[in-house]
Amino acid sequence: MRPVYMISGGITKFKKAHPDKDFRLMVKQAFDYAMNDVPNLTLEMIDGSVASYFSDHFTRQLMAGIMVQDYLGLCPKPSKRIEGGGATGGLCFQAAWESIASGRMNVCVAYGFETMSRVNTWKGNEFIAHASDTNFDYPVGGFYTGYYAMMAQRHMHEFGTTVEQMALVSIKNHGNAQYNSYAQSPMKLTIEDVRSSAMVSTPLTMLDICAMSDGAAVAILASEDMAQKLSDNPVRITGIGSGTDAMRMADRPHGKVILLPHESEDDYKELKYPGVHSFRGGRMASKLAYDMAGINNPLEELDFVELHDAYTSSEIQTYEDMGLCKYGEGGGFIEEGYPFMPNIDYGINLNVKKRIPVNPSGGLLACGHPVGATGIMQAVFASWQLQGTIKKHLGNDELQLKNIKRGAIHSHAGTGTYITISILEKSS
Amino acid sequence: MQKKIKLQETEEGTILFNVDPIIIKHHYEIDYIHSYAQDSAFFAGLANKKLLGSKCTKCSYIFATPRSHCMECGAKTEWYELPKQGEVHTFTTCYFGSEAFLKETPFTLILVEFEGVNTLFLSRLVGVKPENVKIGMKIKAQFLRNSKFKSTDVYFVPA
Repeated sequence: MRPVYMISGGITKFKKAHPDKDFRLMVKQAFDYAMNDVPNLTLEMIDGSVASYFSDHFTRQLMAGIMVQDYLGLCPKPSKRIEGGGATGGLCFQAAWESIASGRMNVCVAYGFETMSRVNTWKGNEFIAHASDTNFDYPVGGFYTGYYAMMAQRHMHEFGTTVEQMALVSIKNHGNAQYNSYAQSPMKLTIEDVRSSAMVSTPLTMLDICAMSDGAAVAILASEDMAQKLSDNPVRITGIGSGTDAMRMADRPHGKVILLPHESEDDYKELKYPGVHSFRGGRMASKLAYDMAGINNPLEELDFVELHDAYTSSEIQTYEDMGLCKYGEGGGFIEEGYPFMPNIDYGINLNVKKRIPVNPSGGLLACGHPVGATGIMQAVFASWQLQGTIKKHLGNDELQLKNIKRGAIHSHAGTGTYITISILEKSS
Repeated sequence: MQKKIKLQETEEGTILFNVDPIIIKHHYEIDYIHSYAQDSAFFAGLANKKLLGSKCTKCSYIFATPRSHCMECGAKTEWYELPKQGEVHTFTTCYFGSEAFLKETPFTLILVEFEGVNTLFLSRLVGVKPENVKIGMKIKAQFLRNSKFKSTDVYFVPA
């Protein structure tokens, strides 16, 4: 496999609705932004693309991908659509990586989008709930927040995680987004705000949940030769991992934890795994990505993480899957302040020994979640972090982390059905 | 004189939400012809007040939600009648939901754990106030009198 670099990225502002732009124009704007960032790259140099969008229901258009391809002027170059629920963006990013790593392409564009505003919020929830088994699960009251709420209840039962710990995730991510002009819902919140907002599915409130959005994101990946030619600041993709689990949450077996290098079997003697409190697919993705990137202890060897926080509770679950802390310690991990940004005032007392900022961008909770764009948006923010260009792109450098060399992005579908993790590193 | 060619117009209009940009209402509706296929016996079981899971013929793994092939070893499974009593593995009360279920809110979803069964079953819990639902609570299956051949033909109540 050849080394693969991300040389550029672009995003549109994520918004509740962009009625003035359809998905083609949204992607075009993100694409032009990315192209402008590498001025020596021309359309002729692009070998092909991968399209990322989740739902034909939302788009009300089959084969929307090819409409983007022709709009961008990329026909007749090769392209394909990748789809895997919430992880569509992450899977697309990795498909673009594969096309470069294999030698099939030297420059590949990963573009993602979703236009969720074409239906009302509760119809949108109904569409999304069709990403659960339609024989057994959907008819019972198919609702993704309900599924995640059941996981959260079990996580609380197994490990003593609290709703206040979950609220801290909301405070952190909405707080970070105050400095991200692309984000849909920047807010300065208190635990009280989160707990007193409308109850959606016990214990998750409106502020524990991400919103639906319209938006697009583009990442341009290149081989080493092309990256050196086109960019003085490319970001190297050093690890790729993905994993899966059964569609039905009820089918999750009880077996042994897949161990990361810094863990031992003794850590989890009593734990029935993954149950519905943990994501086995996320652990598998972590293990594969860390193996490829040569990471032995993610807490020590990663400088930041952009992860799929569709729910505050799932961010806590994901700390554990990614091995930032042990299984069961996710609630304490946020309470002890690890994932907060070092320089932002959240209005809470943090007595922190060590930081590994999680979702500096604001994550899904605050940026919004236009599904097909989301996983690519994470790559864009992660690459700007590593390039040190946050100020150039966001107009302020509050979210720019200093002295960093490696970050991880995490994309996640269903009740943990498809999960991807990619490791990005500064190349110089 | 030649007859003018003209398309016959109707008087049905379009519902317009906005003019700049133009946003219209587009209606879409469909009836599927949905086969339960190899899962059919489960739904027939509900009509006969039975809860059918699956047991692997090779590794004996027992699935509360049926599947005709084993997720652990790939072998064929056989139908396995689940106990009618179980306990709450986890739960939530939904105050919002998919549009199709909004009118039923609030409702309580549970994953049911059965003694000696390796996986869980998603259902609704009825007759318990949201604040009184607890993990580990003993519950029993109850069936609709007239089956609708849907997974909601069974629901759970306190045992």
